[in-house]
Amino acid sequence: MSAFRAILGKDLRVELRTLQSVPAMALFAVTTFVIFRYGLDRTTLGGSLAAGVLLATVLFAAILAINRLFVAERDEGGFDVIRLAPVDATALFAAKVVALVVYLLVLEAIAVPIFAIFFLESWAGLAPLAGVLVLADAGLAATGALVSSIAANSRARDLLVPLLLLPLLVPLVIAAANAAEPLLAADGPSYAGTGKWLAILALYDVVFLLVGYAVYDFLVED
Amino acid sequence: MRFPSLRAHAAITVAVLAAGFALVFFYAPNDADQGFIQKIFYLHVPLAVCALAGFLVAAIHAIRHLRTGDPIHDARAYVSIHLSVIFGVAVLVTGSIWARASWGKWWVWDEPTLVSFLIVFLLYATYYPLRYAIEDRDRQARYASVFAITAGAFVPLNFIAVRAAQSLVHPRVFATAEGGMPPKMWVAFCACLAGMALLWTCLVRFELAAKAASAKLSRLRRALEGESYVASGSRIAPGAPSRAAST
Repeated sequence: MSAFRAILGKDLRVELRTLQSVPAMALFAVTTFVIFRYGLDRTTLGGSLAAGVLLATVLFAAILAINRLFVAERDEGGFDVIRLAPVDATALFAAKVVALVVYLLVLEAIAVPIFAIFFLESWAGLAPLAGVLVLADAGLAATGALVSSIAANSRARDLLVPLLLLPLLVPLVIAAANAAEPLLAADGPSYAGTGKWLAILALYDVVFLLVGYAVYDFLVED
Repeated sequence: MRFPSLRAHAAITVAVLAAGFALVFFYAPNDADQGFIQKIFYLHVPLAVCALAGFLVAAIHAIRHLRTGDPIHDARAYVSIHLSVIFGVAVLVTGSIWARASWGKWWVWDEPTLVSFLIVFLLYATYYPLRYAIEDRDRQARYASVFAITAGAFVPLNFIAVRAAQSLVHPRVFATAEGGMPPKMWVAFCACLAGMALLWTCLVRFELAAKAASAKLSRLRRALEGESYVASGSRIAPGAPSRAAST
């Protein structure tokens, strides 16, 4: 537990001092909104289109952070230190998942209001949308930390992360997009089927957190 | 458990597959709705069942590899995924042909099983770039096993999510109004499924045997030529002067 706290504290402190992931993610997200504005040729979005644009943007912004998640561990010998220290490697996994969730929450706190100002007519669905995004972030962080850790020790690091991660995230995107779609409807939010999709999102989170917990030791051991 | 020799296994596979397809064409009746084209069901569905079962088998081998550290389990997981990916290409092609014949389109996004299969296939296709991006042999095997386990957990989840997202228009051959397939179709289907499962296991054993033989060959070469022998993936070109003759 103290190892978990130490690694998480280190990651958040490094991010606060260097600001290398989150500002880049936020900038990327806003630029992507502009790209979508012209790519789709729409000035307002609602329903499935709004959910799709928001989720695709968050997902691609997340890849920026996931690519960099283990750079310090690899370049500065953090993996070796974890192997030497008498701590469970799972603490590293848990700390990275939580760090990634924090990055994503900060990103969404910046990007979602901008998205709402740019595209949405009705802002009433934003509060329940936060719940959907939190569940989606947990799943994204679980698979992201796992894939990032695999890719960090390979030759084609930047290539492998999107290649492995995108297909793994398809069920998450299906569930999150379907949950968000009625919340972002142009004529005010509705809650049709939200429960079912939140249940699938939660199932995804639990499965991949458990898989990560079970296999993570083998990614660090050498 | 004792398996029959690879030769006998291959002969049984050919016999069962031939008998299965003979049943399909001469015994099972034509489908009342779809007519003759429904026969592709006897190829498409067994291929899909074997490919998905193969992915799950790979996950089980991967768990055993991580538990024991024995490279044979990694080889089995690799070969299982390899053959299931090949079967997967056949599933997507036959599924697309069936969709074209039944609904007039080569690809139908409303069809949950086909779409789920595509996503699973795309995920497993990344197994190769992942494996070959890692140089260290031990680490490569370990990471490949981690991938196989993660992807194995992904397969059922993906089916749940895709199925929940779509209206059900897939031809429900197993559950029609009369309460299922006629018995004659069941017999033909089970024979084809058995034949396809035999084919999959036979090909797995064949590839494992080939891998074992080439590993043994390079061990023998090394013993014969000592330190000068460098293991290479490609065979020595015919006509090139052999090392043994030149020294």
